[in-house]
Amino acid sequence: MAEKLLLLGDEAVALGALHAGLSGVYAYPGTPSTEITEYIQNHPMTRERGVHSDWCTNEKTAMEAALGVSYAGKRALVCMKHVGMNVCADGFMNSAVTGANGGLVVVACDDPSQHSSQNEQDSRFYAEFAQVPCFEPSNQQEAYDMVREAFDYSEANHIPVLMRLPTRMAHSRAVVEAREPREQNEMHFPAADRAKFWVTLPGISRVRIKELADDQIRFRHDSELSEDNLYTDGPDHSMGIVACGIAYNYLMENYPGGCTYPTLKVTRYPFPKQLLEKMTETCKTILVIEEGQPLVEEKLRGLIYEEGSAAIKVKGRLDGSLPRTGELNPDHVRKAVGLPANPVFEASGVTVPRPPALCMGCGHRDFYTALNNVLKKYEGSRVFGDIGCYTLGYMSPFNAIHTCVEMGASLTMAIGAANSGVWPSVGVIGDSTFTHSGMTGLLDAVNSGADITLCISDNLTTGMTGGQDSAGTGKLERICEAIGVAPEHIRTIVPLPKNYPEMEAVIDEELNYHGVSVVICRRECIQTAKRHAKKI
Amino acid sequence: MKKDIILSGVGGQGILSIATVTGWAALDQGLYLKQAEVHGMSQRGGDVQSNLRLSTEPIFSDLIPRGECDIVISLEPMEALRYLPWLSKTGWMVTNTTPFVNIPNYPETGELMAELAKLPNVITLDCDSIARDCGSPRSANMVLLGASAGVMEIIEPDKFREGIVSVFSRKGDAIVAANIAAFNAGLEQSKMIKR
Repeated sequence: MAEKLLLLGDEAVALGALHAGLSGVYAYPGTPSTEITEYIQNHPMTRERGVHSDWCTNEKTAMEAALGVSYAGKRALVCMKHVGMNVCADGFMNSAVTGANGGLVVVACDDPSQHSSQNEQDSRFYAEFAQVPCFEPSNQQEAYDMVREAFDYSEANHIPVLMRLPTRMAHSRAVVEAREPREQNEMHFPAADRAKFWVTLPGISRVRIKELADDQIRFRHDSELSEDNLYTDGPDHSMGIVACGIAYNYLMENYPGGCTYPTLKVTRYPFPKQLLEKMTETCKTILVIEEGQPLVEEKLRGLIYEEGSAAIKVKGRLDGSLPRTGELNPDHVRKAVGLPANPVFEASGVTVPRPPALCMGCGHRDFYTALNNVLKKYEGSRVFGDIGCYTLGYMSPFNAIHTCVEMGASLTMAIGAANSGVWPSVGVIGDSTFTHSGMTGLLDAVNSGADITLCISDNLTTGMTGGQDSAGTGKLERICEAIGVAPEHIRTIVPLPKNYPEMEAVIDEELNYHGVSVVICRRECIQTAKRHAKKI
Repeated sequence: MKKDIILSGVGGQGILSIATVTGWAALDQGLYLKQAEVHGMSQRGGDVQSNLRLSTEPIFSDLIPRGECDIVISLEPMEALRYLPWLSKTGWMVTNTTPFVNIPNYPETGELMAELAKLPNVITLDCDSIARDCGSPRSANMVLLGASAGVMEIIEPDKFREGIVSVFSRKGDAIVAANIAAFNAGLEQSKMIKR
């Protein structure tokens, strides 16, 4: 009998990959994708089969290592949050050019409504950009099943495949029926006729790019024939509905007895144009429901224009039928299909927002307190922040940082600001973010002799995502020294209230050194410290 | 039959253990289940919620529509009120009365209680002190689950007890007993309040 398990969408992807014969997962932690890799790390099959599952330094190294696994003929999974796609974009885009040998599946977890992210990005655009197929499961069972399908498609068509999960899918549990695990691939090099494509010299890759463009027709045809995309007729042809991925659930939630309109459920791309044509034969209004940006909606407007049938009206996020940004829910869809709203209690006027905050006793708190005390003296100072728990230093009572953009931007922005006359120009970065994307910027700073002070708030872990290993633990001073920071300007302090006088003196001295200085502020994350204390 | 439940509280209060026990009981009873959780940044002392949907029929959405939630189960009174627009007009509000104050502009407790008292179906109880009284000071969340079990209908109280045994058994018999005691105390309270 098939095994039934209660799994998060992330865990369904993880188990699906293990059962599909995975040889390695390569990832950097990022909400809402982290639990995929963690599930694989903790699964007994990972040890039994020797599946690689250590965290990578960033998404680019993860993508490239996975491409190496694929080259060697084995199956690899790459996991990240949506903004991680930006970091690995070079590797990802060019993996479509080399093509895959062993199955290569890239999982991007999008975070509409920004539950834990600096922007909204729809990773389906990356699939389209790279011209690779994209899978977007609508439930946990599909997530489990589609991973194997994606590996098979990747191997049969020599192409990496993107899988997209929004937060609500990644972090929601449902019962999944598992299949028999299959064997991993044996190592095997790319076949003779494809081996050359792994060298992207223009003369070679020009041929491959042409092939990839031609493949699009087959990819689309396969998508149209696949059961992943399902056209269901309904009695009322006054409107047709295209519902993508998890948005299909929000539609069906409102039609427990079956949707009254013709419906096209899309969980696989390229977009199945032929199935849409079936709908537009009779439906002159099409509502597109999709989580994220209006990718399909814009495409439909284009398709319909192209075919000269501008008489068809396309509704969705662009015409205000659905909110232009943010995560969808059943209520948005209810309104868009014209059903009356449920009677509700009014929102209480008594409640106030309760934003997240740095934990009591957190070392970042003591660091910011000391930094603020020093910077009081320097009116023109600016603090360039970065991505992590310490971004919460922007909030009251610290109000300690002026910027937060993307992984690593703290010290490089500090360089540019210093070049423009800002003094003191201070970067604040966490240990994991520093090794993820800060080291190359530090080399720029050293080579140009920038007048900046970089504070690495080192809590010995990747904290915001729940305490994963941090690539630089135990190595930060040596890394900074090897990059070329003068050893006497690499200072280490322990962020505790009793150390404020010493911390402030060190920070002040380094601000007044007119070159590159690094202040490492080191104390273990109190969340991981609590867990370690329990284990002992 | 279906029961849509919103679990709410503050990051770190333990709403996920309530979800885990309920999930175990629901699955053991052969129900369909979907449970959307909050991970990541909000867990740092912010407001957290979980949408838990149980049904004898397949479930589509991971999120509960507004006005359709059968029970809001909250470990904190202000967090209970946050989900008022989701509560069905015939639904139950079951909440702990002990405020968790980690923001400077936290409302007056009296105002919160007045808002809660306006609801037609509400169970308010001081889970923290009930947990202390029955010798299980760390099981306030199981007191709350017990109180909610009294209005859950779709799951029998005994099934919850089996769930508690299963979920906490690896932590030892004493922990299981403390959680069962807390659950029973909550269930008794809800019976009295409902009358």
